[in-house]
Amino acid sequence: MPLARLVLPSFYQDSVKLMRLAREIGKKKGVSEVAALMGTPANHEILLQAGLAGDGEADAGPNDLVLAVEADTQELAYEVIEEAKAFLTQARVAGGDESDFSPSSLAGALAAAPELNLAMISVPGAYAAKEAMDALRSGLHVFLFSDNVPVDDEVALKREAIQRDLLLMGPDCGTAYIGGAGLGFTNAVKPGRVGCIAASGTGLQAVAAQLDALGEGISHGIGVGGRDLSAEVGGLMTLHALDFLADDPETEIVALISKPPDAEVLPKIEEALENFDKPHVVCFLGAANPDWAETLEDAGQAVAAILKGESYKPENFFSQTGLKEKIASIRPEGAAGEGILGLFSGGTLAHESRLILEGLLGEVSWNEEAGRHRILDLGDDRYTVGRPHPMIDPESRAEMVSQAAMDGSLGVVLFDVMLGRGSAQDPASPLARAITEAKERVRTPIIVASVVGTADDPQDLDAQVRILENAGVVVLPSNAQAARFAAALVKPELIENA
Amino acid sequence: MNMKDLRNKQLRVVNLGLEIFADELKNQNVPVTHVRWRPPAGGKPHLLEILEKLEELDK
Repeated sequence: MPLARLVLPSFYQDSVKLMRLAREIGKKKGVSEVAALMGTPANHEILLQAGLAGDGEADAGPNDLVLAVEADTQELAYEVIEEAKAFLTQARVAGGDESDFSPSSLAGALAAAPELNLAMISVPGAYAAKEAMDALRSGLHVFLFSDNVPVDDEVALKREAIQRDLLLMGPDCGTAYIGGAGLGFTNAVKPGRVGCIAASGTGLQAVAAQLDALGEGISHGIGVGGRDLSAEVGGLMTLHALDFLADDPETEIVALISKPPDAEVLPKIEEALENFDKPHVVCFLGAANPDWAETLEDAGQAVAAILKGESYKPENFFSQTGLKEKIASIRPEGAAGEGILGLFSGGTLAHESRLILEGLLGEVSWNEEAGRHRILDLGDDRYTVGRPHPMIDPESRAEMVSQAAMDGSLGVVLFDVMLGRGSAQDPASPLARAITEAKERVRTPIIVASVVGTADDPQDLDAQVRILENAGVVVLPSNAQAARFAAALVKPELIENA
Repeated sequence: MNMKDLRNKQLRVVNLGLEIFADELKNQNVPVTHVRWRPPAGGKPHLLEILEKLEELDK
């Protein structure tokens, strides 16, 4: 098929911008493949595998932009390349407006604006630790979104931060709230009296959004990175964040959300919590401790209850009135197949779903592993090579939902939808479209979902839920409830025995 | 800037990397400076190594 290629030397663009451009161009009639990538070794490999590599761009380096378009005709391929080039060049000129000063380095930014106090760093992992260290040494707090930061660097950065009484959030930190401002992928939540410390992203989003729905707000939500409670890192930033929230007059209660700490680290955290004189709720997903919240939803509910002076005891999902009837009304003849396939955009939500399903159904496979029940974390690196994260671009997940909806061996397709700042404008529609099209052709599995969002999110929570429900999706109020509902669909005894 | 200042002062952010994050902060009226970041030393590892060594000497 005709192919056109172009290298724009010294034309660095961030990956999200390029993926959005590629997605837009790819929609054009007659265009079959588009790549817009910086010339890193990994990207050259992607181009090669996609059959889009040429002789000319082998020399293109990480600062050089490679555009490649495969189309029905050679003429169209060239035309589209020129359009992309014009779009990028114009965007660059527009971005160079003097009123919107944009320096070329951290040092340049600090020279022009010494009052800066926090650095958000999302550069490629290989460069992230150095930029983060420079920011800390300049007295800035750091929100480190970049992943692939070596654990030794993480430890060094956190030690440096603590020594300077600064926060190092991350690496691989997707979400934080500082004094009412949302950093990264955040929902529009009210400022309030709940302080959160969370490993990474979607767990914090889910708890913050739920607290918002319960009428509570967030004082600070500090992301500490998924490895903070590992033996190597030793909970450095969790302990530091606890100190910060202990002294914070806005914070009346603290929620701690993470995977369980390493056995070596747990005593340190327990000791810190014993000496912590504000009420707190611990949710270490997968840890068996009756004093801790079992799910993200329980964590949010427990916090809200404590603030009202009440106690919280989770109800048995399967013994609620009307559940059996609800299931019968959705699909009187029962599920089409037996298996559950979870297609998740949120890593913590995927993990939580797997834990819940394993507790109810036995073994649940993870990502590439085969099995009757299977959960995929589509935000995992293995699924995001050369394509955007499903929270940013819902299209590639919609294709997977489409395939799953046609799969007769499946009983249930389960997914999450993450709303908020940074997320796609309308994530529900491509998913709903895929499901509606499948329903026109086959008897689909039952589609079950939950939506994380707030009334003030840019996407409009109610409207997104309606779009899904109109496509026949059963939308549950939380991720945990969605997983349990899915389990009940394939194993009705869960209700009978409740 | 230390932890206490985080409570008392207006957040002022410098953004290195994805521009989408700067845009989202602007939408919340948080002052943000977006850096036109690019890989140092043309992204060439051996040049970067030399650059870092020079920086160390400079300190």
